Amino acid sequence: MKLKVTDREGNKHELEGDSESTIMEILRDSGLEIEASCGGCCACATCHVYVDEKWLNKIPPIDDDEESMLDQAFDVRISSRLSCQISLSEELDGIELELAPE
Amino acid sequence: MIEKTDVIIIGAGPVGLFAIFELGLLNISCHVIDNLDKPGGQCAELYPEKPIYDIPSRVSITGQQLTDDLLEQAKPFNPVYHLNQQVEKINKLDTDEWLVETNHNKKVKAKCIVIAAGAGSFVPRKIPLENIAHLENINILYAVRNKSILKNKDLLIIGGGDSALDWTNELSKIANVTLMHRRKEFRAAPDSVSKMLELEKDKKIHFLLGQINEIQDLKNNKINVSVKYNDKIKTFEVDYLLPFFGLKMDLGSISNWGLNLNENLISVDTEKFQTSVPSIFAIGDINTYPGKLKLILSGFHEAALMAQECFKYCFPDKKNVFRYTTSSKDLHRKLNIV
Repeated sequence: MKLKVTDREGNKHELEGDSESTIMEILRDSGLEIEASCGGCCACATCHVYVDEKWLNKIPPIDDDEESMLDQAFDVRISSRLSCQISLSEELDGIELELAPE
Repeated sequence: MIEKTDVIIIGAGPVGLFAIFELGLLNISCHVIDNLDKPGGQCAELYPEKPIYDIPSRVSITGQQLTDDLLEQAKPFNPVYHLNQQVEKINKLDTDEWLVETNHNKKVKAKCIVIAAGAGSFVPRKIPLENIAHLENINILYAVRNKSILKNKDLLIIGGGDSALDWTNELSKIANVTLMHRRKEFRAAPDSVSKMLELEKDKKIHFLLGQINEIQDLKNNKINVSVKYNDKIKTFEVDYLLPFFGLKMDLGSISNWGLNLNENLISVDTEKFQTSVPSIFAIGDINTYPGKLKLILSGFHEAALMAQECFKYCFPDKKNVFRYTTSSKDLHRKLNIV
């Protein structure tokens, strides 16, 4: 499955991943600059991404925990998500996203 | 007053706590310094209720249980904890000892320093806008140290957590407070939220939905803050901006101690877990070496080997004879086992 990512400089990357991993893990393992300081337990907001509009209704909805953690992020938009809370799936094959500012 | 001990451990997370035990078995006394108000580090602060599944022999254990058990295990060695403070500087004395000073003026002397600081200490998350660093501590306050300077001033407080709400409620008594948050829901304690809503109803504070967009320096000691909500931009002038965006981890003063670093981690050898500076050790998530895995169990192993080397600095004339806790009468005495 594929993942299309735009980094903070505007460069585009196509990454491979499977449903065993969260999007944060795929981003981090590819060497892209994503801090993910809590390691993926929804306890920080350092894996903040913007999900492309066309994919927004396909990803699982945001829960209270994630919404609360987003309070610690900057420039939060309707498309904001924490990438550690989304796993890749067949439905999300090809998902496009952008790294939020640090 | 300068206190004295054998080893100063920086960081009271799981690895720092287990280091007390391993050092204690070798008769080495410890003081432990941590920035948080309780021991346990990330385990107790970030995920006290989350189960961990890879602690040997513990099929499942929460961060808080692990912390409590490690504290219990370290107890026989009477460690001294200095909580709520951060190490500010270290100096090598003529006696070859280290003098460690905290931001609360605590001074402790020791033969070795063990850095077990995980991902660093928790510091306030700052606004990621360029060209605002010069306003920090002048117009932008990430912590309130002196309430009196805020009297009768125009304040903009940002955030939806406990700090933002508590300060809004408190400072509304002495200043003109506007609270801004990106949504109508707050993660702060329900009590503080209802108090804030009451203050808003009575027009004692203003509440504003929005996010920070830009900050400009004004000549009259004030700042112009532009805020955005649903793509609409509004600006207003305030004396102080108080952003409360939670905490993040930072190496802090450790990065100025002359230790060899590798991408914000401290390089160590894998025999003694010593840094590039003799008698300073680094264990747990904060160190790096070929093959390093950031696991609590790796930190435990590193603590045991580090202790062997610390023994040589603490008791240069003594020979360290390796003993097992199962059979050694001497170790049983130290562990208060009769």
